[in-house]
Amino acid sequence: MSALPSAASKHSALRWAFSDVLTMARRNLLALFRIPVAIVFMIIQPIMFVLLFRYVFGGIIKIPGFDYVNYLIPGILVQTTMFGSVGTAIGLAEDLQKGLIERFRALPMARLAVLAGRTVSDLFRNLLVLVIITGVGLLVGFRPTGGVIAYIQACLLMLLFAYCLSWGFAFVGLAAPNSEAAQAITFPLIFPLAFASAIFVTVSSMPGWLQPFANNQPVSQTAIAVRGLMLGTPHGQSTWIALAWAFGSLLVLAPLAVNKYRKVA
Amino acid sequence: MPEYAVEALNIVRTFAGGGVRALDDVTLHVPSGQVFGLLGPNGSGKTTMVRILSTILSPTSGSATVAGFDVSKQPNQVRRRIGLAGQNATVDENLTGFENLRMVGLLNHLNKAYVVAKAHQLLDDFGLADASNRITKTYSGGMRRRLDLAAALVADPPILFLDEPTTGLDPQSRQDLWAIIERLVEGGTTVLLTTQYLDEADRLAKQLVVLDHGKIIAQGTSQELKEQMGATVLALSFASTDDALRAQPLLAPLSDKPANLEGSVLEMTVDNGPSVTADALRRIDSAGITLTGLALREPSLDDVFLNLTGHKAEDLGAETPAAKGRRGRRGANA
Repeated sequence: MSALPSAASKHSALRWAFSDVLTMARRNLLALFRIPVAIVFMIIQPIMFVLLFRYVFGGIIKIPGFDYVNYLIPGILVQTTMFGSVGTAIGLAEDLQKGLIERFRALPMARLAVLAGRTVSDLFRNLLVLVIITGVGLLVGFRPTGGVIAYIQACLLMLLFAYCLSWGFAFVGLAAPNSEAAQAITFPLIFPLAFASAIFVTVSSMPGWLQPFANNQPVSQTAIAVRGLMLGTPHGQSTWIALAWAFGSLLVLAPLAVNKYRKVA
Repeated sequence: MPEYAVEALNIVRTFAGGGVRALDDVTLHVPSGQVFGLLGPNGSGKTTMVRILSTILSPTSGSATVAGFDVSKQPNQVRRRIGLAGQNATVDENLTGFENLRMVGLLNHLNKAYVVAKAHQLLDDFGLADASNRITKTYSGGMRRRLDLAAALVADPPILFLDEPTTGLDPQSRQDLWAIIERLVEGGTTVLLTTQYLDEADRLAKQLVVLDHGKIIAQGTSQELKEQMGATVLALSFASTDDALRAQPLLAPLSDKPANLEGSVLEMTVDNGPSVTADALRRIDSAGITLTGLALREPSLDDVFLNLTGHKAEDLGAETPAAKGRRGRRGANA
């Protein structure tokens, strides 16, 4: 046996936990970029939405005070990051199905690194999509006038929202029997949030019975805040409400996911 | 160093709310530095035992120590001292061979430079150097098993759990894996091996425990078990079941073990193959029964079970591909 460098590596438990999360996140991202179909799908779908609403439906949607493309793109970005967090459910369900999670449990790694690594890699993936769809938006005429700082703030808000949501999807992924089921379960969960919202049209255009839900649900509040920040238009307390939703759901969803993780595998 | 590398005391594990007893009062004492075999058919509880000892599953009752640490109370101490590999060959399909080993090394909290060097060394040792930068999805079954085993060895664990490491492998891959295991044991590693194959247990394991329906039905050295069950199986084929039935009582005195009749083939385990065979032929001939075939062979797991339990090593079924998924593996067939 040839001489190997020393195996020992002394760090505090916290530092190791951090290192485990990075190792897991890196593993997920490596896998992501090896499945070209997944990347194409991840980017193609939001581009289709942009084109559909910009050029097909956009002509008949009139939003007072807005050029529709400027109204649309921030909404699509929120929708895209939200859909992106569904990947957490699919990825975890797959790991579980293939027995990888079981294998991780026999390693001396930080237990939470499996969940945290997954949500962190999905956060990076969302960041990538955000950059690409912003580019597509600019190409089709989107003109954010709120300034660079506000644009970055809006992006951070979206990413935070999607990150918090992905803990909920982590729970779904761990509870689902397989990745196909995980995907199927998430659809009815996110569909009403995405479409009964201020993403594509104003809530005031919806029937009265739907408005209370559509107005107050987290996706709408996030979309209103993101749009206000990107365009420099007034958006009331939406940023704070969106932040409260994000952290509030994290407080509820993360323990749910962690608890489920302890029980499965 | 504790007296035993692995010690399990009165382990019980139930599934499905107590409806299924996958392990029923199993006690194991695994000495350091040798291969200890857990032999049994599908559904006998072998994998459940390995999952408990590797801290993946907690026992319903009973206790176990690995390298002197309690699996329930000190799981992280246990995890630092074990490697786990086996039939599921759980490698990450989307990573290369090298990336898989690096990941496991880092998750074992080893120094980065060490992990890289160790990964390359293992890939070399296991004949995977050429494939180290290929995605493991493209690996053959044998390569996957070797990589899986390499991953279990990145942290140089003193204790290795191998859960049916050669199930489903071609003969050459089996031989390769056996040679690797033998080298590891020479180097001082303790191996707990589960297998359905008698020849594998015989070749590798010094001591054996035979499990059936979650219970230990026999234990001892491979030699002791063989003596207990007869060294050879004599298989006699007749023209019809009637002929076989007629021959059965004539041959009964030749073996103290029950004979097994399946269709028109009568099988019996005997201690002295050639002379018993000659005797059997004389008896069949003088009764005017026609023999259509004759074979002497090594006893199989089925024969062991037949001798020990009076029933064949039934595959408890449920190991359909669907049930092999994660839900299945949580069930009793493990």
